[in-house]
Amino acid sequence: MVLDADLAGSSDCCTRALEGSGSAVQELLKWNGWGYNDSKFIFNKKGQAEFTGKRYRLGGMVLPTFKEWIEKTFGASLEHKTTSRTSLNVNDVPPSVVNEEFLQDLRATKISYSQDAEDRVFRAHGHCLHEIFVLREGMFKRIPDIVVWPVCHEDVVKIVELACKHNLCIIPFGGGTSVSSALECPEEEKRTIVSLDTSQMNRILWIDEKNLTACVEAGIVGQDLEKQLAESGFCTGHEPDSMEFSSLGGWVATRASGMKKNIYGNIEDLVIHIKMVTPRGIVEKNCQVPRMSTGPDIHHFIMGSEGTLGVVTEVTIKIRPVPEYQKYGSVVFPNFERGVACLREVAKQRCAPASIRLVDNAQFQFGHALKPQVASIFTSFLDGLKKFYITKFKGFDPNILCVATLLFEGDREKVLQHEKQVYDIATKFGGLAAGEDNGQRGYMLTFVIAYLRDLGLDYYVIGESFETSVPWDRVLDLCRNVKERIVRECKEKGVQFAPLSTCRVTQTYDAGACVYFYFAFNYRGISDPIHVYEQIERAAREEILANGGSLSHHHGVGKLRKRWMKESISDVGLGMLRSVKEYVDPNNIFGNKNLL
Amino acid sequence: MKCYTPVIYKGLSPCKPHAIKSAVLQSEQVQYVIKQLAKELGESPDIIQEEATEILDEMGHRMQLGAVRFFAFTLSKIFKQLFQRVCVNEEGMQRLQHAIQEHPVVLLPSHRSYVDFLMLSYLLYTYDLALPVIAAGIDFLGMKIVGELLRRAGAFFMRRSFGGNRLYWAVFAEYVKTMLRNGYAPIEFFLEGTRSRTAKTLTPKFGLLSIVMEPFFKREVFDTYLVPISISYERILEESLYAYELLGVPKPKESTSGLLKARRILSDNFGTIHIYVGQPVSLRTLASGRINRCPYNLVPRHLPQKPSEDIQEFVSDVAYKMELLQIENMVLSPWVLVAAVLLQNLPAMEFELLIEKTLWLKGLTQTFGGFIEWPDNLCAKKAVLSGLTLHSNIACLVDGHVVLNDKGVEDGAVGEIVFRRALAVLMCATYRNQLLNVFVRPALVAIALQMAPSFRKEEVYSCFSFLRDVFSDEFIFFPGISLKDFEEGCFLLTKCDAIQTSQQEIYPTDKGSGTVSFLSAMFRPFVEGYQLIFRYLSKEMKEAFNEKQFIPGARNFVFQLLEKGSTQCYEALSSDMQKNALSALVQLGAVKRKKTPNGFTYNVNQEAVSKILDMFDARIPVQKPVAARL
Repeated sequence: MVLDADLAGSSDCCTRALEGSGSAVQELLKWNGWGYNDSKFIFNKKGQAEFTGKRYRLGGMVLPTFKEWIEKTFGASLEHKTTSRTSLNVNDVPPSVVNEEFLQDLRATKISYSQDAEDRVFRAHGHCLHEIFVLREGMFKRIPDIVVWPVCHEDVVKIVELACKHNLCIIPFGGGTSVSSALECPEEEKRTIVSLDTSQMNRILWIDEKNLTACVEAGIVGQDLEKQLAESGFCTGHEPDSMEFSSLGGWVATRASGMKKNIYGNIEDLVIHIKMVTPRGIVEKNCQVPRMSTGPDIHHFIMGSEGTLGVVTEVTIKIRPVPEYQKYGSVVFPNFERGVACLREVAKQRCAPASIRLVDNAQFQFGHALKPQVASIFTSFLDGLKKFYITKFKGFDPNILCVATLLFEGDREKVLQHEKQVYDIATKFGGLAAGEDNGQRGYMLTFVIAYLRDLGLDYYVIGESFETSVPWDRVLDLCRNVKERIVRECKEKGVQFAPLSTCRVTQTYDAGACVYFYFAFNYRGISDPIHVYEQIERAAREEILANGGSLSHHHGVGKLRKRWMKESISDVGLGMLRSVKEYVDPNNIFGNKNLL
Repeated sequence: MKCYTPVIYKGLSPCKPHAIKSAVLQSEQVQYVIKQLAKELGESPDIIQEEATEILDEMGHRMQLGAVRFFAFTLSKIFKQLFQRVCVNEEGMQRLQHAIQEHPVVLLPSHRSYVDFLMLSYLLYTYDLALPVIAAGIDFLGMKIVGELLRRAGAFFMRRSFGGNRLYWAVFAEYVKTMLRNGYAPIEFFLEGTRSRTAKTLTPKFGLLSIVMEPFFKREVFDTYLVPISISYERILEESLYAYELLGVPKPKESTSGLLKARRILSDNFGTIHIYVGQPVSLRTLASGRINRCPYNLVPRHLPQKPSEDIQEFVSDVAYKMELLQIENMVLSPWVLVAAVLLQNLPAMEFELLIEKTLWLKGLTQTFGGFIEWPDNLCAKKAVLSGLTLHSNIACLVDGHVVLNDKGVEDGAVGEIVFRRALAVLMCATYRNQLLNVFVRPALVAIALQMAPSFRKEEVYSCFSFLRDVFSDEFIFFPGISLKDFEEGCFLLTKCDAIQTSQQEIYPTDKGSGTVSFLSAMFRPFVEGYQLIFRYLSKEMKEAFNEKQFIPGARNFVFQLLEKGSTQCYEALSSDMQKNALSALVQLGAVKRKKTPNGFTYNVNQEAVSKILDMFDARIPVQKPVAARL
């Protein structure tokens, strides 16, 4: 049995559904960090790292080498600890200002709502570093004044009508996993801010097996969607790293991308029909067809609109039969260059498995540090043998080599055939097959990293991830330059210990790749770590743009990356988007100020 | 034998010279051009590929440690014969050592002598640093064995002009960039393009600089360090050769037998060499905020792309900045001061007076930021004497007077006398010239003060600006900052109490009249020389002409005037000045330059030239829009 827990697989991650009233959902989740309350990294009494809770297979396991890694990588020490406030101080929370007439109208609709401080704070942020930092140590200047929980499309229509009538500001809220400051309330917003929580609109309305589509309410969370579809033998195959918490509507609003897009496509490939409520009325197409030539696709005004135009209420999405067989895999390359060359070749031959990722050496070591204690001597002996073969016999330098992780899906026979094809290509680039175990651990890293940030925060380590997409010929230069830029900026800004600056090529396309960076540093000795952090992140983004990378591949723009929009899509392009906004929402009811 | 284990670039993937060549041939960049040419010329790509291989073989270096050691050994012997000392700034070498490990490095030395690159390689070898590959002129290949030896020591060769040859350009550019990207070795070339025959920094060439900057623009490297290096010679090996050349006696072609003859000079003494390795300048820092990234993001990086205007401007700015840094760090020997004083007191001057004036000039030079090597405790007399000893071929001490050494003056025809004198003056000027770029800003202000009809600031500035434009090829000015240069000149003159400024006026002080007249006398050869050449052009050149006609014509014109005794401006015989003057007129629009298959032809606009002449004589006021900020 494989001991490493897989936090990724939708079928076996979390067993408890998020049900009950809107307020009940948030009780399962941390108020000041990522994920479930009961799941987190801690250092146990022996000083060893451990992951708590029973939700994940990693739960209750000891990670013997992790402490050393964290100390070595960040120069952090367990003795130097910061502590977050244990609970929200209700007195700090800005008061709820809601006009009584609106409340009367709202009550008449029978839509449930809350003006409770905790409910409002919970919906005042996403998961950017600075937002979490504020939760731990300060308070937001502006938060929603009221939270509403519509349960269906008609409820949303009523709420939007009321908002127009009373001139309120609506900020749609799905899973709250944004990492672009998209959920932050504009400080200067004087109107009442209504947080429209879609979590109660979570039903699958119908499944059409003939056309392989399903119509789903937009508030459904990724893992629930897959679980419910699985009951009928289907899946969407859309698995963004946040799928435990993020919602269908959120995916549409940010142009999300899933890990297995090579088989299933990104959200723009998956969506067949969208219903959105705007201040102008409802926007939708008149049919559910695979493609149409009726001018610019209006879906593309909606996808990536980041809550500035309206609320997505119902989405018809493509579904597929649940695959018969799944297999992880991994390949070790002597260096990153060879690895990228291999991925490029795989993309060229259009034989990419469901997922193929290439992590650099630092991230490989990171993954290694998260290896749980092995149960038997035999396993550890085997590990030693593997290591010996790769480093001594094959001459790979453990400080240079890198690893590609693979996930195959489909018929058993085809998977095995496909696997062979990919491994054959890898061999041409000096790659060595390195087992399923390593592959699985690679995917796990994506999911635990969010939990890890909370642990880091306790020990003066702050970090974040960011992503971009880039043409193939620039991948290597971009990765090298951005990592180097981060290291330099840290040095210049007085960060005392060299940062963790690592990347992975996380998606492949015909014409380029998506690259994902992790960056974290020890901030002891720095008076304003968040400011320093933001400057470095900004420099890193400048570097990406100078290297021919995009502003974002799937995180979106939000408010965090707005300053580069003009450069990214030109003046005229920005004007086109503005004019849509002006027509659809002339009074800026959807006033979260994202994107434009 | 010395153990040579140089520090190298951290990102270096070691490879042999021939591996670089094949990487260049296979590169997308070169392949693209080959395919393009094949299509256009209707020839098979193989033939063009062949041609590219030939180009590469002609060009490429074959650095071998054996050859390097051989060179190091012989050079150390030869250098010890020729020179007394070689002084290097240690901290500069240390900075260089760090830089070489961090990012690709481009070495940009000044170019006064063939010794430059030999000395620099020798120095890096001695300091255990990675040896540079050097862009050398193709003419070196004419020297039989030596050319090949240089090649093995890391020199690669470029044709002097290949503007029109796309294949050559592609192969050459890719060759240089490949070596830079790999961090294979520091790349060394001369911004000035050729040895300055006058010891005055030449205006920069941009071609190679823009090639080495491109990998950064395209983000193929994280950064590139540009290292200005100033090499100054107490006595320049080629001094008399240069003087002959400037006077039109043709330069001997590089040949091995010539080199052997040059052995004669081994018995001579050439004093001290000063090498100042400047602070490595990060290209990334220079470019931050200046480069629009779009053009590089929207076109595949291997396609040849004409640099946009802002890139061209940036390259030019960087080139000038590097040359100004070279000038700033150039070590000046006492003899340079002596030469400057002596040239104002020809043909002879009292020894004591010379010492006194030299000492005074030392102070002034230091005020202006000149970097003088004046050994501690060395009294002025000794310093001057040692300079005279070293340069006994130029001047000598006779009966308490220092006399310019123009042997054969008594017994020759008039022409011979003029030629001899010119030779001596030009040789002497070579040393004074090393001061000029340090002095040029205050000096032009001083001359402008004398030219301007009044002391009003804007009138002085107009004259200054006019002079700066006229001399833009003669001296090194950072492009487009005339006003800043003016302010700097005024500041330096105020600092030495030569002028006073008020809100509206600038006027010389009584105390400073000596300084002002010294400065204007220092630059008089240029002011007068340009006027002579302009006069020649406006009077004699009614029809289109080319450079081959112009230089001898101008020389004869000046020569006759000198024979008649109606001018004393021997420096106007210098072909360098003649070329600069012509190019100044082209830039001022008074001469039209046209490109023809056989080089350039020129057409003089008589009226415009005589107008410029009138401005010089202050017969008409300088017409220039006055900067509003003044």
